[in-house]
Amino acid sequence: MSTEEFSVIGKPLAKVDAWEKVVGAARYADDFFLPRMAYAKIRRSDHPHALIKRVDTTRAQALPGVYAVVTGRDFPAVKFGILPVSQDEEALCTDKVRMVGDPIAAVAAVDEETAEKAADLIDVEYEVLPPIMSVEEALAQDKVRIHEYGDGPNIHKAVAFEFGDVEEGFRQADLVREDVFFYQGNTHLPMEQHAAVAQWSPDGKLTLWSSTQTPHYVHRALAKTLQMPPAWIRVIAAPVGGGFGGKTDPFSHEIVVARLAQLTGRPVKIGLTREEVFYCHRGRHPVLMWIKTGVTKNGEILAMHCRSYVDGGAYGSYGVASLLYTGALQTVTYKVPRYKFEGVRAFTNKPPCGPKRGHGTPQPRYALECHLDKVAEQLRLDPAEMRRRIAVDEYTKTANHLTITTCGLRECIDRVVEASGWREKHRKLPYGKGVGFACSSYLTGAGLPIYWNDMPHSGAIVKVDRGGGVAILCGATEIGQGSDSVLTYVVAEQLGIDPKDIRVATADSDLTPVDLGSYSSRVTLMAGHAAAQAAERIRTLLHEAVAKKLEVAPAELVSRGGRVFVKDDPERGVSFAEAAVLGETMHGTLACTGSYTPPKRAGKFKGSGVGPSPCYSYTACVAEVSVDPDTGEVKVDRVWIAHDVGRALNPLLVEGQVEGSVYMGLGEALMEEQVFREGLHKIPSMLEYKSPTTLETPEIYTILVETVDPEGPFGAKEAGQGPLLPVPPAVANAVHDAVGARIDEVPISPEKVARALELKKQGKPARVGPERLPVFKFPEPVKVASAFGEAADPSVKRKTQG
Amino acid sequence: MMRLPPFTYLAPLSVGEAVRMMADHGPEAMFVAGGTDLYPNMKRRQFEPKVLVGLRGIRELVGVRGEATTGLVIGAGTTLTDVSEHPAVREHVPALAVAAGLVSTPPLRNMGTIGGNVCVDPRCNYYNQSYQWRRAIGFCMKKDGDICLVAPGSSRCWAVSSTDTAPVLWSLGARARLVGVGGERVVPVASLFKDDGIDYLAKARDEVLTEILLPPVDGLRCAYLKLRRRGSFDFPVLGVAVALSLDGGRVKTAKIVLGAVASQPREAVEAGALLVGERLTPALIAEVAGVAARPSKPLDNTDLTHPYRKKMTKVFVARALRRLAGLPDSPENEEEVA
Repeated sequence: MSTEEFSVIGKPLAKVDAWEKVVGAARYADDFFLPRMAYAKIRRSDHPHALIKRVDTTRAQALPGVYAVVTGRDFPAVKFGILPVSQDEEALCTDKVRMVGDPIAAVAAVDEETAEKAADLIDVEYEVLPPIMSVEEALAQDKVRIHEYGDGPNIHKAVAFEFGDVEEGFRQADLVREDVFFYQGNTHLPMEQHAAVAQWSPDGKLTLWSSTQTPHYVHRALAKTLQMPPAWIRVIAAPVGGGFGGKTDPFSHEIVVARLAQLTGRPVKIGLTREEVFYCHRGRHPVLMWIKTGVTKNGEILAMHCRSYVDGGAYGSYGVASLLYTGALQTVTYKVPRYKFEGVRAFTNKPPCGPKRGHGTPQPRYALECHLDKVAEQLRLDPAEMRRRIAVDEYTKTANHLTITTCGLRECIDRVVEASGWREKHRKLPYGKGVGFACSSYLTGAGLPIYWNDMPHSGAIVKVDRGGGVAILCGATEIGQGSDSVLTYVVAEQLGIDPKDIRVATADSDLTPVDLGSYSSRVTLMAGHAAAQAAERIRTLLHEAVAKKLEVAPAELVSRGGRVFVKDDPERGVSFAEAAVLGETMHGTLACTGSYTPPKRAGKFKGSGVGPSPCYSYTACVAEVSVDPDTGEVKVDRVWIAHDVGRALNPLLVEGQVEGSVYMGLGEALMEEQVFREGLHKIPSMLEYKSPTTLETPEIYTILVETVDPEGPFGAKEAGQGPLLPVPPAVANAVHDAVGARIDEVPISPEKVARALELKKQGKPARVGPERLPVFKFPEPVKVASAFGEAADPSVKRKTQG
Repeated sequence: MMRLPPFTYLAPLSVGEAVRMMADHGPEAMFVAGGTDLYPNMKRRQFEPKVLVGLRGIRELVGVRGEATTGLVIGAGTTLTDVSEHPAVREHVPALAVAAGLVSTPPLRNMGTIGGNVCVDPRCNYYNQSYQWRRAIGFCMKKDGDICLVAPGSSRCWAVSSTDTAPVLWSLGARARLVGVGGERVVPVASLFKDDGIDYLAKARDEVLTEILLPPVDGLRCAYLKLRRRGSFDFPVLGVAVALSLDGGRVKTAKIVLGAVASQPREAVEAGALLVGERLTPALIAEVAGVAARPSKPLDNTDLTHPYRKKMTKVFVARALRRLAGLPDSPENEEEVA
């Protein structure tokens, strides 16, 4: 189907919530003011690792204006956490704190000033324990333990898989190369700081408004931690001012305001400070990586072996999934017939890491793409051509049993090579200027839910009013990425109406069917399918009623341009509003549901649940940089990026997602880092945690490649995360092209580049990066036959040819 | 969010009124001009004044007066935007326009004043943190504590002078007019500072910096280079101000002043002296840059590492001098350009 056949899909429309965002009318969680509302503040730990000996709230209770003070003892003794296997967080810590910023007590007061003053008046007595601040320390000792669970002392999880005999692959190889990389942790830095408002109704029911990407999981966590029937809890996601994965966990402050509202009989609000957002974190895991690849002289990969040493921080969060993601998607980009992965996630006394845009995959992507650049250099191959040669084929399976549907990677490579003038630039620019290449792939929605169940991942209701207005009710959460818009476009296309005649109500556990949340690039595909199905069902009802009136068969009708009419005789028809009246007359109230469950394609081995997705997006990227050899400063001049999005439901929004990803990737590549000193986050502020400004953002040339995947609604795949992945390695490879320095860790700071150039002057290898790996014995690998090269199962939907 | 502590705001309309108010309220009061640094610091409880004496309403503090040939006079209340965009400043003392234009962000330059930037509180990443963060690590002597966390054995505070404009003014030989209850005085900008992160200004509490007096411009060449991570927002972690005059191709006067490498701007006196009477050759520049870096003693309390900041001092001094000599930035590119 070409775009011309659509009225809404593929058109560069403004977002449905553009006006309210632009004029400042959108009501974020912190904009809620309810009568008699109290303000909450949390007292947080001053120590990275300590036992709580005593919490004395006497002085805080006595402060005028304080309504309530709570400690961990005021909550049911139940822990929570996003993954069922890592229920290790408390609303407020009772016996132990595991990081500076861990919540210990909370206050509700007449205003924020009083609440803050009262929180500081809470006296906490600690027995300080030695902190563990790095994965190396965590793996090196077993005397001090942060948690009592896991796969070993301070080991949250250790995994190992082998798909095919990698040693055999290495034996056959013309070249076997090993490299070590480090990807520093960094955080999401959304513009909006987390906020939540809780209110109890007189009949004992709770409503919580929160800036969350996952209201459904918050709903479950509240029911668990407050020991309440879920039916009495309503969770509403307010418009979210940026999430990027930082608002996908249930948080302490959401549970705390709920309890404080119950105790005080008042609505209670909390708005976190920027510093507290750094403590919520759940951002990029610092990962130390080792990669070994055996290749032919043409660069074809015969075997690959990867190891990840993952610094998890103080809690589990999504960590088990994050760890597995550091090994899951290497095989989805390039042909890897034999593959082995070993990984370990350790606990440390730092804010917990979790999912940040690209969840667990930017780190190994950096390692793999920089590694392949070195392989290409060693084999005297063009890095872009080599990648083109080893790109995966569509409708095949990977070694680790992932099913690839459409793949536009070769076209992406060709398009950026062409647009950037790659062939004229690579290894040909003057000293100080360089270009770098990298590719990537990413999932379009996780194939499995967070908690085990066989229910749909997304549901929607489409309701038609007698006046022709249409309402979409869906659990999907608008976090600025445009999910409300996508739902609108899909339904508008199905019903042939103007998007402006549609209202969207989303992310309200009382009113909208469950959608699992805005994470894993799942919303366009999953909620899109659910809404499309509901709208299709409505259309069927309308066509049936209109067909009767016009005395034609329903199959002869189409809905388009706000009318329902006979396809071969467009004059014969009714307006959409008239169709609604006919429909309601015939069928009663017009409301249909739709839902979506992803195909079950996970391999038959333990740990196979991370990686499967209905389809994968593909990206290729060229970065052009200038490096100042005296200062080591890297300036990114231009970025060309081609992204296989399946189909762009709205090219404007897709380009926005791609540009945003490039920007975020550049921040990770060049400057962002979570660093700690004496157990504290060194720079928990917008000023000192360096994130690029518009001045550091280069020209970005975005190319959209459309492969129209049969798994996606109208052929769409993801766009929100994948385009970040190739950016950091493309920059690193460009720095090498510019000045001959290999910076094998991010951020590529000026001092590292300067140090590498100094080493070069001394005749040493011009490389800065990790030198050694921790000693750790990984578990025996789960051995599974490689599925590489197998055709996708016959059950997999395929593109209709021609 | 972070909240401001309660305070009383006084709005004098003249300098005389302002200094009297300050004298009346004693140590509980502080002056505030643009407030771009002071208010965030108050939110973090680095300053806890009960009274603020606002200088915004005093018209006599605002504006650039006079001629470059006889010496420009810049009111301390002139915004950084206005300083950076002033035609005479841009033409005759471009380093000052550059420095003012590199402070923070455009919105903050529209609020912040040159007087405020000259007097800005020295910074340290153990100190410019919230009350709760400072409590967690243990308070330092600059506020609420008694030790220096960056140099624990030290009896003094090592917060870093973070003004962009003061090193330039110092290099130009500018003077500052201070008005207090006891009268007024004019001092060289060079003697306005003390090498102490807490007690960093040689100015009485009740004295207001009212004017910056620039010397007459006569064959002056000047430059300012700033090291920081990003093109906006960031305070300097190294500033290099160079001002020199030439006579028949030879250097007549030269001043090199380093910013953000100590608790006050630091003049590289020895290096400046090496230039006098000489031609600005690449070889001399390289030598002078090495000498100029000697007084640069950064510590580990800002962005970027201190060894790197020390190393960059040499690079930046050389680069500033090369620009004034009309040479390309890097010696490696010399032939190419020549």
